[in-house]
Amino acid sequence: MTLLHLRDLSVSLRNRPVFRDVSLSVEPGQVVGLIGPNGAGKTTLMRAALGLIPAQGNSSLAVMKPRVRARHAAWMPQNHEIAWPVTVEVLVTLGRIPHLGAGQAVGAADRAAVDRALAQMGLEALRHRTATRLSGGEQTRALIARTLAQETPLVLADEPIAGLDPAHQIATMQCFQDIAAQGKSVMVSIHDLGLAVRHCSRLILLAGGRVQADGTPEQVLTPDNLRDHFGISAHFAQTPQGPVFQPLEVVR
Amino acid sequence: MKRLILFLLLAVAVLFTASLVIGPAGAPVGRSLSALFSDDHGPLSMVMREIRLPRALLGLMIGVSLGMAGAGMQGYLRNPLADPGLIGVSGSAALGAVLAIHTGLSAAFVLGLPLAALAGALAGVFLVMALAGPRGGSLTLILAGIAISSLASALSSLVLNLSPNPFAANEIVFWMMGSLADRSMTHVWLALPLMALGWLLLASLPRGLDALTLGEDAAEAMGVNLTRLRLKLVIGTAAAVGAATAVAGAIGFVGLVVPHILRPYVGARPGRLVWASALGGAVMVLASDITVRLILPTQDLKLGVLTALVGAPLFLHLIYKTRRAEA
Repeated sequence: MTLLHLRDLSVSLRNRPVFRDVSLSVEPGQVVGLIGPNGAGKTTLMRAALGLIPAQGNSSLAVMKPRVRARHAAWMPQNHEIAWPVTVEVLVTLGRIPHLGAGQAVGAADRAAVDRALAQMGLEALRHRTATRLSGGEQTRALIARTLAQETPLVLADEPIAGLDPAHQIATMQCFQDIAAQGKSVMVSIHDLGLAVRHCSRLILLAGGRVQADGTPEQVLTPDNLRDHFGISAHFAQTPQGPVFQPLEVVR
Repeated sequence: MKRLILFLLLAVAVLFTASLVIGPAGAPVGRSLSALFSDDHGPLSMVMREIRLPRALLGLMIGVSLGMAGAGMQGYLRNPLADPGLIGVSGSAALGAVLAIHTGLSAAFVLGLPLAALAGALAGVFLVMALAGPRGGSLTLILAGIAISSLASALSSLVLNLSPNPFAANEIVFWMMGSLADRSMTHVWLALPLMALGWLLLASLPRGLDALTLGEDAAEAMGVNLTRLRLKLVIGTAAAVGAATAVAGAIGFVGLVVPHILRPYVGARPGRLVWASALGGAVMVLASDITVRLILPTQDLKLGVLTALVGAPLFLHLIYKTRRAEA
């Protein structure tokens, strides 16, 4: 079963083409890293795939009814907005909204999902704290937990680990791998290629208005691609501790 | 939450009863209430049924309308400083009323003024919606609301400026202060259907408002239809607050202050705040209306003046708290 299928997806914002003819499929069990330089259209691609902005072409998510889609794919936007001083628990419970019928209260199954999400993000101790008074990184983790509590087969997250400390960056990426191991899939946009290489099963390189490469980290992060699309050189090696990727210098 | 709702319900019941039994007629509580329920064809029954009951009912209805619309507006805009007047309802309703007084329509028949105010409110909101567009973010809605509010208030001033006689100007100024005095059951029946429609629309908002805590993008991805949410909020506010302004004039600060006071007691959840503010608004308007009758019974102290007198310092407190939170 394909969780996300895009065919010839194109988006223009204010008559400026952002990307054209993007076609890809996401199968269960994948952690897909969406990489590319600033302004490549990573956020726009994910929003268009969800149907949040108008696009030409086909997206299997965008054609769903909003309520059905919300049970199929969860979305964590880049701007980490928490408008009101609610507790972490209340914030995470918001992720259950797509599962509640009209007028239906939060039930035992919903509370269990919230507990699982809090545990996955290591937030049990912060459960009753006011979310807006937490540090930026803690807020990010609470928002990731909210996305996980939605318990959808597919999770799309826009730079979820930006602003987290190294331990929580690794823990979050590992959590995404755990989710993938359960037969779900996660698509994250990510700038830290070192973490992407270690934790993503597949990378999609978006640059110059189209998908330049799509495959395993080794297939995507070739010296040519790094030079042409990121303007960097890098050291990329397989070590006993796993793959190690370190950007070295700017080459243009 | 349950305890808060129970407490507010109790407060509404007590204040509603108090509103019924307090007045210049000075009849004992027991006799007043029995005169309300069993028509003795005497003056007391008349006072209770024709004067005090509509006043208490309007206080309750207007409070619910202002509280709900205020909580809805703050939740939608994710801003504790928003109030229902922001989309131009009160301003354009006032313009309608001012025109009715100026043209003599209000003197011609008893519902002339409220109907004109209602027409003004609906026209104003229609313009705001046309300006802001059916889709679009909250910012365009605020800008359109401010534009229409300013235009309506400028036109109201123009009418005042050109007012041929001082009595009309006087009447306009006093009407704009807002009051529940000398209202009849006719006013209740005029306002009730529209307010009920407004309450129904506003009551459908809470889940969407909760989702909006995470921002518009996340809310939409969770299946919330933001276009429909906004439409329900604006039409609901226009109907409820438009009807309130039409029968009672401009009563400020209730929609702003009540959600602000109650927010900590509902864990800051914008959805629950809509329900709590409905009751809280009723408490504030009923209490204020009782107060204006108690402190200056002979001088007809205007309800809107009192809510502003109480509301403004609370507003200052809000600013102070916001500043402290930012520091």
